[in-house]
Amino acid sequence: MQATMTAAVLAAPVAVPGAVAGAHALVLARLRRRIPRVLPRPAAVLVGAAGPEPDQAAEPAPTPEPPPAPGAPWWGLASPAVVLGCGALLAAALPRGGALDAFGGLLRADAPTVWMLFVVGAVALVACASLPSYGAGERLSARATAMLHTLVQAFLAAMCLAVVTANLGVLWVAVEATTIVTAFLVGHRRTRRSVEAAWKYVVICSAGIALAFLGTVLVYYAARQAGIDEADALDWPTLVARAGALDPSVTRLGVSLVILGFGAKAGLVPLHAWLPDAHSQAPAPVSALMSGVLLSVAFLAVLRYDTIADAALGHGWTRLLLTGIALLTLALATGLLLAQRDYKRMLAYSSMEHMSLIALGTAIGTPLALAAVLLHIAGHGLAKSVAFCASGHVLHLTGTTLIGRVRGLLARLPWLGGVLGLAVLALLGFPPFSLFASELGIVRAGFAAGAGMGWATAGALLLVLAAFAALAARTARMVLGPSPVPAPATVQGGAGAVWPLVLGLVACAALGLATGPLTDLLHDAAAAIGGH
Amino acid sequence: MSDSAYVQLLDLACGAFLLAAVVILWRRELAAIVRTFALQGVALAAIALLLGLHEGRADLVAVAAGIGVLRAGVLPYLMRRALTAATADRRPYDTGGAEGRETRPVVNVAASLLAAAALTLLAYAVARPLVELDPSPATRALPVGLAVVLIGFFVLVTRRRALAQVVGFLLLDNGITATAFLAASGVPLIVELGVSFDVLLAMLVLQLLTARMRAAFGTTDLDDLRELHD
Repeated sequence: MQATMTAAVLAAPVAVPGAVAGAHALVLARLRRRIPRVLPRPAAVLVGAAGPEPDQAAEPAPTPEPPPAPGAPWWGLASPAVVLGCGALLAAALPRGGALDAFGGLLRADAPTVWMLFVVGAVALVACASLPSYGAGERLSARATAMLHTLVQAFLAAMCLAVVTANLGVLWVAVEATTIVTAFLVGHRRTRRSVEAAWKYVVICSAGIALAFLGTVLVYYAARQAGIDEADALDWPTLVARAGALDPSVTRLGVSLVILGFGAKAGLVPLHAWLPDAHSQAPAPVSALMSGVLLSVAFLAVLRYDTIADAALGHGWTRLLLTGIALLTLALATGLLLAQRDYKRMLAYSSMEHMSLIALGTAIGTPLALAAVLLHIAGHGLAKSVAFCASGHVLHLTGTTLIGRVRGLLARLPWLGGVLGLAVLALLGFPPFSLFASELGIVRAGFAAGAGMGWATAGALLLVLAAFAALAARTARMVLGPSPVPAPATVQGGAGAVWPLVLGLVACAALGLATGPLTDLLHDAAAAIGGH
Repeated sequence: MSDSAYVQLLDLACGAFLLAAVVILWRRELAAIVRTFALQGVALAAIALLLGLHEGRADLVAVAAGIGVLRAGVLPYLMRRALTAATADRRPYDTGGAEGRETRPVVNVAASLLAAAALTLLAYAVARPLVELDPSPATRALPVGLAVVLIGFFVLVTRRRALAQVVGFLLLDNGITATAFLAASGVPLIVELGVSFDVLLAMLVLQLLTARMRAAFGTTDLDDLRELHD
């Protein structure tokens, strides 16, 4: 590929969502000008402050605004399509085991990058295609819709930047930018609960990721002392190639801080507390993006540093750290899944469970385990985004997020019950969905990796079974059984609500049956992040 | 500038930087905390400036100026604005005084100061391999940055006012920036710009959320944030 072409294809996944976000921001600014805010917020909220608030809090006082423009959907779908298209172009142009770079090495695509672009694009396609029906269900005003689209597209641009950059400093900036952009999405309802969730989200994630920045600074210091010049000292391929020269004790401290910090953003113990709150309060398609790809984009940073640490320190240190974190996270998530009464929080804890499996696979670190980790990232992203988007429709249908109050979804609205049931089956790791293959891969690699990892894997397997039982029992109650109220006359959201979810499930199942043309890419990606 | 003058000035700036963190831990008036935070920003800019002058690098001097503007000017200004908003519109109910003070920190002031001493010792212990890698006047002062990071974390987890928590977060960030300068004369410019921009935006987001919190809860006491749990 020619240099200018490469630069364009590498920059497009960041630039196009950014531009679409800008376009929506212009719409937002125009709406602002047309409808000046008369009063800030009425003091009436204090009246309701004492009692418990309803599950489905209403939007703040509806102002007389024009209904949302119906033309929004294809706008939103442009950027996931561009991300997928650029992923395909890069996959075709990528030399085996090599990489393409542009802008002096600032942007770089290797096999893990391309794999993650595919995952981000596919999950974003499901989430962005669900946005219009979500907006219709919430009866969002034109301004709220424009705000939602602006932030979602900016979120997408920041995630793509984190994926395509080779500079570890820029990677940090991009991941922190996702926190800032999504803060308002988490707090969009402005109720007590969503403000609380947004506050916790920003404070815990920013503080956690500040630790990652301190770790980045220490790695930079070690690199400078190893004689790498300033421009290359945060360049990932340079660091991997010259990791042997890094000072071991400084690198160990730096990498540990980085794993803890990006682990916070990936929903791993000890800084995981924001995750269930943010996931349960954000709009459903945003929860889908956060759970489906934001967690794994943050985990990609852990994978990048893990490669450096393996080359600099040997595999022992990060293996110990990641196994410990993975088992603690898994135990916590399972315990809280067993006692869960809210279905959005249930899905959030299930994300923590899957992220800890991904961390365990990274700790194992063999080529089979890392390929399974990447496949698991893709399968979890697709299945979880479908589950979260479906949960948004369940909320609109029933008006509650309590598991105990949702009954007989399959009888009440067959497509919704079916999609939710199948998505949870996929999350439980049933074939033909790809999580079956990837979980099997992680477990097999774990038992093959020696006695210590074997015990850890066995423990993880027991915990996963307990989580499996909890998730299965709760979802069965929601989906099966007779309908408590007569079926609604019309399907909410129409066909536009159905096809993205079905598409996501089909993709997840297809990936489980055969990776097809993606097989080479998957193995190259596993080799690039240090399958050894 | 002679070498001994450089070392003395650098140590002075680092000492002021650490002292400001301890004073923030000690004071309860949020207005005084914000003032001290601005002084800490000046000390941080001075550290960067001294390093730039010593190494004869014009770009570091420029970065020092930028850091001074952001951390001694813009961030304290935003905090002061949030504070006036918090205290002004609640005066009719006579809770303005409570909004402006950190009334009941989880750990009392004397214990906080002891904790700061312990955290500083911990920072010196943790930083030993970092100093050994390249002993120079700047890296010998590096534990100060780590100590401020730890004190920032301590403020973050023990304070109950939203604004005091924000100060904790910003202390954490000041500490990391100081560490970056003392260890490796700062991170590359593009990263430094990105980080400063992120911090500024995070500050704006937190300020806006504080306003929403006041609208929804009537106070910025974080103890009230307890609706979401399992």
